[in-house]
Amino acid sequence: MNIPMTTSEPRYVARSVSFYSGADRSIRRRLFLSRVFAGACRFVTYGSLIVLVVLLTAIVWSSLDRLSPDFVYSTNSSDPDKAGMLAGLWGSFWLVLFTALFSVPIGVGSAVYLEEIARDSFAVRVIKTNLSNLAGVPSIVYGILGYTVFRSAAAVLKVWFDGQHAFNVMGLFRLRLIKLPIYEDNILVGALTLTLVVMPTVIAAAQEALRSVPGSIRMASLALGATRWQTIWRQVIPAALPGISTGVILSTSRAIGEAAPLIMLGALTITTMVPGNIDSPLKLITRPTQVLQAPLDQFTAMPIEIYDWSRQTDSQFTAVAASGIMVLLVVLLAINAVALIVRHYASRRLKW
Amino acid sequence: MPAVKLPKWATQSVSRRHEKLIQAALFLCAALSVLTTAAIILVLLTNAVYAPGAKTAFFERVSLWEFLTGTHWKPVDGESGRFGILPLLCGTIMVAVIASVVSVPAGLGAAIYMSEYAASREREFLKPLLEILAGIPSVVFGFFALKFITPWILKPVLGLFGVNLQIFNTLSAGIVVGIMVTPLIASLSEDVIRSVPRSLREAAYALGSTRFDVSVRIVVPAALSGILAAFLLAFSRAVGETMAVTIAGGQQAIATLNPLQGAQTMTGFMVHASTGDSSADSISRMSIYAVGIALFAITLTINIISGWILRRYREVYQ
Repeated sequence: MNIPMTTSEPRYVARSVSFYSGADRSIRRRLFLSRVFAGACRFVTYGSLIVLVVLLTAIVWSSLDRLSPDFVYSTNSSDPDKAGMLAGLWGSFWLVLFTALFSVPIGVGSAVYLEEIARDSFAVRVIKTNLSNLAGVPSIVYGILGYTVFRSAAAVLKVWFDGQHAFNVMGLFRLRLIKLPIYEDNILVGALTLTLVVMPTVIAAAQEALRSVPGSIRMASLALGATRWQTIWRQVIPAALPGISTGVILSTSRAIGEAAPLIMLGALTITTMVPGNIDSPLKLITRPTQVLQAPLDQFTAMPIEIYDWSRQTDSQFTAVAASGIMVLLVVLLAINAVALIVRHYASRRLKW
Repeated sequence: MPAVKLPKWATQSVSRRHEKLIQAALFLCAALSVLTTAAIILVLLTNAVYAPGAKTAFFERVSLWEFLTGTHWKPVDGESGRFGILPLLCGTIMVAVIASVVSVPAGLGAAIYMSEYAASREREFLKPLLEILAGIPSVVFGFFALKFITPWILKPVLGLFGVNLQIFNTLSAGIVVGIMVTPLIASLSEDVIRSVPRSLREAAYALGSTRFDVSVRIVVPAALSGILAAFLLAFSRAVGETMAVTIAGGQQAIATLNPLQGAQTMTGFMVHASTGDSSADSISRMSIYAVGIALFAITLTINIISGWILRRYREVYQ
């Protein structure tokens, strides 16, 4: 649909019919209007670029007072000169890790079902309509769901695993479960809630990637005697993998910026605690028991800390919040870069 | 053929049975989304409308009439609690309307520019740019509104006219929400605008139209249903937008239509109430579900209307 486009209006050439001076003026007016309109459209389009530049400049400018390496090595504090983002960074790391673990298999599975297996039945139509509606549900509503379902479930488990509680198994013997430190507002509860938030976008991204695989690949595979699942697993998914991974990484990374559902869950806002006390990447290897403990630990996340710093009345916290935003944006940028690199390298093998 | 008729599962090869199993598992994945919707509705209803068991639901204590028409929102336990949603609704509508005023011209203008004016190289540069803008988290926009737009842009500009602006105000919140939903309107509108067939444009050019005539009198009317659907989707996104309006709009639930004042929105209240430490069964906690059900109903209704417009009034070209 690409009309050869030049941004300027063609010059009005019909000067020779000068005795129609009224018509001439009217045409001039219309061309003038057209140019004004073109200018206005270009202005609002490039306005978004201006907004982006102003936004980033404002944030970099206000972060100058605080942003330093020790901002990411220290935890939160009531002193703006010492407040750092370590707890939020680790909280977001664990959250996005488990969100990806939950949402990728289920999301890609749903997409494969909807694109490759489903026939046009009533159930499938219900699922498709439902997915498009779920994508429009505000994330805070998922927070209510997470608070009521996941957090309550965690509260029950917390009682079961407190080392005191015993089950009476059919009146025969008493079963005492091992002691596990479980918190109601733990990482897993947060990750499950975020999974629900990102699920519609993950499914849509995976669907789009599957749709871009040419139908001839499927037919060739089926014609050679492969079953439907063999076709999907050995032909369609490998072919769609670059698209799936890029789309899934991008849509899962949205979970990093989400604060509202986590605040609804009652996630900590002011804390110096790092989940499982793992405050450096090295401890992921050297402290295996703490690694196992981290998913059941309380947490805070980067956007929650930014929210908390933004609403402090002490103006010195403005620099802290801006520094937090810088870290968040750098993390998001890194993930986007990873997604692009994955797409680049994975699509090199594919040729048809 | 064996004399004994074996059951169907025994005659199938192992791989066939696995096949069925895998398909069933994939179906369950897809069906999980329906379960999510059901769970949302169930959770909202059992806490707001009718609670089984010992709990008392919100609407068993506050009448629906009082909730919908009351002009005071004071969600505290005890006698002095007032639960009229109108102040929160005012805040939400104001933010969404200001956001629309910002985002509809900007988004539509960008869509027209990208599809009708920009060369393909320029488009390739502009599209990712809008995606970047769409990918910036909501808290960042909240910070931008509160710490930059209000003190550095709105206050000096409005100060010239002698207008007084509060630190927390709906105007700045609405503006940033408008910036956030502009990419949504732009990309959705651009899709429908590009699906308007080239022959229509060429016919108009042949009749002596200028680019303005073609854009405004041919392309936009032909794509109007899609543009309207995009606008409604963006409006519902603005209604559900949370962190930016919570940070920039303030925490005071007052029934006002003055955008220079702060006003709490429905989402803002929910964030504020969940950071408080009220007990799980108290009416102040239960009011979250009542506001939640209102928010869910509003956004769902707008989204359904948007989808309906898109299906019902879609122009199908050969």
